[in-house]
Amino acid sequence: MATVDLKDVKKVYPSGFEAVKGVSIAVPDKQLCVLVGPSGCGKSTLLRMIAGLETISSGTVAIDGKIVNSIGPTERDIAMVFQNYALYPHMKVYDNMAYGLRNRGTPKDEIDSRVRSTAKVLELSTLLDRRPRELSGGQRQRVAMGRAIVRNPRVFLFDEPLSNLDAKLRGQMRVEIKNLQRSLGVTSVYVTHDQLEAMTLADILVVMNAGLVEQMGAPLDVYEKPASTFVASFIGAPPMNLLALTAGSSGPMLADGTAIAFAPEQARAATVGFRPEDADVTFNAEAPSGALVLPALVAAVEPVGAESFLHCAAGGSSIIVRVAGRATATVGNQLRVVAKAEKLHWFDHAGKRVG
Amino acid sequence: MTPRVVFPNKVLPYLLVAPQLAITLVFFYWPAGQAFYQSMLRQDPFGLRTRFVWFANFRKVLADPAYLNSIKVTVVFSLATAIVAMCVALLLAVMAEKVVRGKGLYRTLLIWPYAVAPAIAGMLWLFLFNPSIGSLAYMLRSFGIAWDPLLNGTHAMILLVSAAAWKQISYNFLFFVAGLQAVPKTLIEAAAMDGAGETKRFWTIVFPLLAPTTFFLLVVNTVYALFDTFGIVHAVTGGGPGKATETLVYKVYNDGFVNLILGDSAAQSVILMIIVISLTAIQFRYVERKVHYG
Repeated sequence: MATVDLKDVKKVYPSGFEAVKGVSIAVPDKQLCVLVGPSGCGKSTLLRMIAGLETISSGTVAIDGKIVNSIGPTERDIAMVFQNYALYPHMKVYDNMAYGLRNRGTPKDEIDSRVRSTAKVLELSTLLDRRPRELSGGQRQRVAMGRAIVRNPRVFLFDEPLSNLDAKLRGQMRVEIKNLQRSLGVTSVYVTHDQLEAMTLADILVVMNAGLVEQMGAPLDVYEKPASTFVASFIGAPPMNLLALTAGSSGPMLADGTAIAFAPEQARAATVGFRPEDADVTFNAEAPSGALVLPALVAAVEPVGAESFLHCAAGGSSIIVRVAGRATATVGNQLRVVAKAEKLHWFDHAGKRVG
Repeated sequence: MTPRVVFPNKVLPYLLVAPQLAITLVFFYWPAGQAFYQSMLRQDPFGLRTRFVWFANFRKVLADPAYLNSIKVTVVFSLATAIVAMCVALLLAVMAEKVVRGKGLYRTLLIWPYAVAPAIAGMLWLFLFNPSIGSLAYMLRSFGIAWDPLLNGTHAMILLVSAAAWKQISYNFLFFVAGLQAVPKTLIEAAAMDGAGETKRFWTIVFPLLAPTTFFLLVVNTVYALFDTFGIVHAVTGGGPGKATETLVYKVYNDGFVNLILGDSAAQSVILMIIVISLTAIQFRYVERKVHYG
């Protein structure tokens, strides 16, 4: 149906603040691209530029190969789901959904059949005569989705659509959005600050920071090979453990002097990291084998049920290790955290991935 | 619901509301009672004898063609003033929203006329449109319009409505600006993405959401045009030419204080009072619990 191509897109506000500093992203047809990053990273601004709600300072936004920089939001044929839903409070659910079709002069009977079939898909059929204020948060969310879907637009934009829902509903809607997007096959751009949402929804994951793209790729690739310390600490919960390295006589070692095995190309690394689930803990006295053996002191234990997180003081900083099931360690225990060489991530002084 | 305040002292609460009660009694209930009493009296031309005539004054007033004309004039004047004042204010408020630079300055300038006293506003318009010395009257004549509010009743009414509306525009403007700011920006954006052009967005989204403000202003403006425009009428036309711009309030003054027909005037006051009470009831009923969305 449509592709979305951003080429070196920048947004500079009149105050001189540069919200987006040159972003290029290509979203292929029918794919869902998730922009994720902390607040103020420019992801929402970028989305609003695709929507046509913000002017583009430089660079181009193209939909289906056609540059739309100078085309207003009215003519772009894009639908957007807003964070606060932005339902028209004075209109019934039916009219909310029909509004976009009426504006485009769709025949009345076609509007009716489209609204009703969309409402059926979203289980809104019984709510069509209600006003937005009579609906629950989840229902409003559905109406907002319905209003976008019913128009059958070329592109869907989602601006943190689930952030106003409670945790359970959020999980449910996440799956629904994914399924709907798949079945409708509409190219979508989705903005969120929730890395879990980003990981589960995305075909293409774009991690943004301070107006720039830090990394772009399939979610699991990003997870397994974070391009920078920023991505490493942003994607994954709990985040990756990052330990500062200092240059020893024979190469890098941890700040507290703990030795670490490294490959030649990793000799210049300034930071080493490993995921909480990629390390083992051992109480054995004899030295276990592994690239990194870290004596650690348990500072806190978080039992989640299926797993437990041990917060430990180790290597001069604080780290988190995941253990399956119930933790045998308790606060104050001395133990050793062991990580294999292939599970270690190395980053240079600029925070970029090494090797 | 707020909890009720309980006073241990029996006298204190009455003491506390006494000043308010005294003012209401002296300035409303007493004169209102006097007016009601007087509306049933009839005096001879020299004020020597007074007769109690029950509702004869009301019958006389309501059958008087001059009074019926005055009702018609008042309805035309009030509706025209309210509509003109609101439409212009809404237009200005929408335009002021679009101003990028110096928004505050524009708003301040547009609010200024509200600080002008009604009689002064009337004089201002009177001078501008005076057939012999008014600069705007001169312009109208040069366009081929035989402008003469001193002889032409319609012209006089137009002048009066302009002056009365002009003064009320600032007030309405203020409320419309506040109302417009309360319309969420994302709704406008959502409507834009739904393919609605600017005009369509205004009439289908913004205007319906302004409904509570509009209704409130409609009541306020009608009441203003009905009762607060005496000064303007007095300064601009004095009810003339003939009785073309004699509103109900102006007629009360004219009959009572100029022509000294106190019985008729009092009867008219009572009728006006009934109108005010019903309007207030409507206002309390609908405006106090405004149409709420959200």
